[in-house]
Parts: sequence; C-alpha cells; structure tokens
Amino acid sequence: MNIHEYQAKELLKAYGVPVPQGGVAYSDKQAANVAEDISGERWVVKAQIHAGGRGKAGGVRLASSIAEVRQAADQMLGRRLVTHQTGPEGSLVHRIWIEQASEIVKEYYLGFVIDRGTQRITMIASSEGGMDIEEVNRINPEKVIKETVDPAIGLRDFQCRKVAAAIGLRGKLMPQAVKIMKAMYRCIRDKDALLAEINPLAVNGSDQLLALDAKLTFDDNALYRQHQINEMRDFDEEDPKEVEASGHGLNYIALDGSIGCIVNGAGLAMATMDAITLHGGRPANFLDVGGGASPEKVTNACRIVLQDPNVKAILVNIFAGINRCDWIAQGLIQAMESLNITAPMVVRLAGTNVEAGRQLLAQSGLSFITAQNLDDAAGKAVAAAQS
Amino acid sequence: MSVFVNKHSKVIFQGFTGEHATFHAQDAIKIGTQVVGGVTPGKGGTRHLGLPVFDTVATAVRETGADVSGIFVPPPFAVDAVMEAIDAGIKVVVVIADGVPVQDMVRLQRYREGKDCIVIGPNTPGIITPGECKVGIMPASIYKKGRIGVVSRSGTLNYEATEQMSALGLGQSSSVGIGGDPVNGTDFVTVLRAFEADPDTDVIVMIGEIGGPQEVAAAQWAKENTTKPIVGFVAGVSSPPGRRMGHAGAIIAGSSDTANAKMDAMEALGLYVARNPAHIGQAVMRALKDNGITY
Repeated sequence: MNIHEYQAKELLKAYGVPVPQGGVAYSDKQAANVAEDISGERWVVKAQIHAGGRGKAGGVRLASSIAEVRQAADQMLGRRLVTHQTGPEGSLVHRIWIEQASEIVKEYYLGFVIDRGTQRITMIASSEGGMDIEEVNRINPEKVIKETVDPAIGLRDFQCRKVAAAIGLRGKLMPQAVKIMKAMYRCIRDKDALLAEINPLAVNGSDQLLALDAKLTFDDNALYRQHQINEMRDFDEEDPKEVEASGHGLNYIALDGSIGCIVNGAGLAMATMDAITLHGGRPANFLDVGGGASPEKVTNACRIVLQDPNVKAILVNIFAGINRCDWIAQGLIQAMESLNITAPMVVRLAGTNVEAGRQLLAQSGLSFITAQNLDDAAGKAVAAAQS
Repeated sequence: MSVFVNKHSKVIFQGFTGEHATFHAQDAIKIGTQVVGGVTPGKGGTRHLGLPVFDTVATAVRETGADVSGIFVPPPFAVDAVMEAIDAGIKVVVVIADGVPVQDMVRLQRYREGKDCIVIGPNTPGIITPGECKVGIMPASIYKKGRIGVVSRSGTLNYEATEQMSALGLGQSSSVGIGGDPVNGTDFVTVLRAFEADPDTDVIVMIGEIGGPQEVAAAQWAKENTTKPIVGFVAGVSSPPGRRMGHAGAIIAGSSDTANAKMDAMEALGLYVARNPAHIGQAVMRALKDNGITY
C-alpha cells in the first residue's frame, strides 16, 4: 500500500526526520490559509497523487506570494495530472501540500528497502540526490552505497556514520544524517514498510538536512496490525474495479487489452496473459479468483471483468487444486444467465472435479467455447476477440 | 530417492484440526504419506483422523519421532509456528499461509541461521514426492512417479507444467513450490542443489516469475555447479511494471525484474528456456533428447 507524500512526511517527522513546515489543503482558499499560517516569502505547492514524476508534469510549483499559491492550487485541484507513471488518463488531484520553500545547497538520496537478495532491510544512500536511484545505479554504480541491517541487532550508529562519510556528509551534517537514518529505520521496522525513500534529502543554506520529498510503501500482508497506516489509505488513488474486486476476495488489475481473463493462482494468471500475448492478443486484466472459489465469487469475477468496455472476449482458465471445477462451472452458468453476456467465453478446466465441471457446461445449453489446454484456450480467445 | 521428503518421512500438521489441514492430511494419507499426528494448542490428548493431537511440537516430536511438519496456521501466527517446529528439531517445515508479513520472514531467516532445517514457503502449494509423501495443498492425483524434478514459485503454474509433462508420459521425482513471497525460506538454489544430488532426478524444471533476483542467481549457480539439464520458464512477460501481480513477490521494480530479462539471462547461462507457458512439457522433451535420456 502506498501513501501520499504529505502523509509520509508527517509520519517520518514523528520519528524525528526534519521536514519543511507545511500543511495539506483541499481547496485554493485552504491553500492560501496554509501558506499564511506557515509564513515565509516563498512556498512550494505540490499535487498529492501516488504516482511519481510530478515535477516534470507540472504538479510541483513555486509561488512567491499568497495569490500565487492560491492560483497554483486552483490550477492543480480537480484536474488530472499526467506523469510518466500515471498512464495517459492521468490521476485526479484531490489534495495538495504547501510547504515553505527551502534554499537547496546540495541534494542526496537516502532509502531503505527489504532487499530480496540478502533477505534483510538494507539502507541505500547516494550523493546523487534528486534522481531516480535505479538510473544512478546504472550510470554510476559506485555512487550507490548499501548497508545491510541485521534484524537481531538493528541499525548501529557506526553503520550510519560509515554511509554518511561515503556519500560526503561530513562535519556538522554527519550527526544529523545519523539521526535521520536511525529514524527512517525505526519507521520502516515499526510500521512494516517495504520501502522508505527520501529523495532529495537536501542541505539548506543554514547547513541543515531536510527531507524535501518522501515516499513510503507498506506491506499489505501486515496491515492487519498497522491501524494507523490503514487509515491513511486513499481509495481515490485506486481503480474502483480493483477496490470492488478485493471486496469480493478477488485480485484484479486492469490492463488495456481486449481479452478479459479469469484464472486461479497468480502464476497461472500471468502465464495465461503471456499465452494470449504470444497468440497476438492483449489481456484486458489480471484476475486471480484464489482458492476454494464459490459459484458466487466466479459470477462476481465475470461481472467485474465485463465492466471494462474494451472486453471483446473472456478467457476462463482454471487448474483446480483446492478449487472445484463444478463450482467454477456453476458460477459461469449463473453469470451467463444473469449478466446477459454477449462476449464469447472460452473455458479451459482442469484438475479437481473436471469431469463434473465440463458436464455442467455441456448440459447448460449455453454457448461456451471449451478448450483442452492452455495453448488451445489462448488461441481460441484471441480468435474470438478478433471476430 | 527424491528431495526433502520421501516414504520414510514422519509428518505432523500444525493447525491439524482445522478444515484445510484435515482435508489435505487425508489426501496425503491416501497416497501413502506417513502422517503420525498433529499439533493444535489446547487440544492435546485428543485424537483427530485416528491420530494423536499434541499441544506442542516438542511433545509431538518426542512421542512420534516426527521430522517433517506442514504448517496450516493463519498468516499472523505462521512464523511463530515455524520457529516452534525448528526449536523442536523438525528438519523440513512447509508453510502454506499466503499473507505472512515480509518482516516476520526477515526475522525468521535470521533465527534460522546455524540451524539445520529446510523451510519451504510461505505462500506455497507445498512439496510432493509422488506415491510417497505429500505435505501441501496440491491435488496429489495429478502427479505421477517419474524422473523430472520440478521447482516453482507459483502453485497453479506448477500444476500446469505437471499436466503438460503427464500428456507426454513424464512423471516427477519430487515437486517443490518455494512460494510467491519476496522473502522465502528456501530459494531456487537450495532446491537445485538437492535435485542435482538426487540420483533419481534426470532433468530439473525451474518455473519462476517477475520480481526479484533469484531465478538468475540460480541459473548462474547452476552453470557452475550442476550437471543435469535444466528447463526454465518465467511468467509475466505481459505484466506491467510497478504492479503487484497477485503474489507479494511478483512485482517489476527494476529492469532486471522483467520476465524477458530473466529468460534472456537463463538462456545465456545454458538453460532450456520455454518462452511460451504452453511449451514447458516440450522443452523438457528437448532437454531429454539433447542429453540422450530415454525412458
């Protein structure tokens, strides 16, 4: 789960990370009030959407008067911001963050991730702040410093000093850096974050380190014990179909093709999308019905897939282990009868109770296109979508 | 022979009296698995499926000599259950739960250091040695005894590959699901090493997916350390970057995480790569033929 920049800054601030004074606003009038409250001469107005690349897309503006703050807010709020991460339709801006503008002397990068290679929380730091860290790693790998944390011991001061020195944070800046690193580590550990990023971590004109941008991603599997984080969830940032699907226990991700997919298991769902692509078609979605799917769940899956107007054909690919093909078939028949489905539906069933499932489909008198295996199913679905 | 579990394995289930554990313990017993009992704290001294139930794993081990445990407890309690099993001397632990917090796994991996135990999972269908032992949730009926070793991150894709092999008359020595999470107890390398050492495995099938470095790390390790042909497939060529595709670990976070990048690397390292998920069985046949293996 992702949260907004302002939420990440407020959370990190509570752990002791210095951030510019700022406030959130939902209207241009509120934005002007926030700017007056935090005072100063220059402010930064930042659109709060989860996607990155806001700066280049016009989602970050500098204002030199309260009137300019209000104007920038008015131009951002209620509009769609299109960045390289949002896709062409962009993301609607509902809230903005206004903060005191800082004089920037130099920018650094500081992050923590759960590194899959070492299977530990790893600190990543670089003197090349303000850039995408993967890009820095590609061009100047020697400028990306990594330090692994032993979970039984925690992040030690000497490790922080070592990393700070390696990226050139010396003298008065070093103790500040150590404090920020330890605060970030405590935050990622206590809040079950998967990633914490401050980019840039800036040095201002008075030799102070400040987090000018912040990103936090949390482990969905740990949200049951992270109530504070759960409350930060912004449903406006999520596809309503995906939210509805998760309410039904379905894992759905919208894509831009024309073949709707209903599959059990994430691996087989990805492979089914790949098979469609190899046959020259394009999947409209990823959908995993999970294990032990009831007929109702399958009917709901059909309904959600069909909410996408681009869907020209549906491919159902079930390899039942803890699922039951007869339940899947009942759900599909129910969907065909109750949802008025006109798109052709290709069905491949295998595994537990497969004979019963196939029999139900055959006896239903409905026009299912049955397939024998994955290749056959993908080929038939692509042909059906094109006809 | 086989890897990790066989007809001599003495299996217990933690969370034994629950619905899923009950169903799969029955399925396991049907194929000949030596299930010796189970653990459900608070129900010690009772019997379930005609087998003894214990309050703790330590008691179960002492009373039954169990050396393998299938963990069927919910995600928030899974890692604690694994630690209990390791502490009691269990040698192979299979964790079925989907939804274990990643940092719980980080702590578990630290806890395991220096201890002699294989942890398979979490978020795995489990492990099966056909005709001998099943600890997991896969349908035992689709697996047949044979000489192909299978290791995968996904469960259902493992079934898919198994069916393709069955259609060609090929069975499995053992089939291991390492799970779809970003931090897992057993990685591909550990399983490849076991299959390499197993005299009854001729060809290894490794099925990966987008996200993380371990498919390529395994292929690199295999180039230097294995003699047996390896067939590889990676799911997710058509998955968009930045989205978690069902499995917690299936997310393209960087350029080396994509399916094509992984398959290119595997091919360069000498694996038989199936570029199409429907052609995994055919790739196994190619590997057999190239290496002069006939049945």
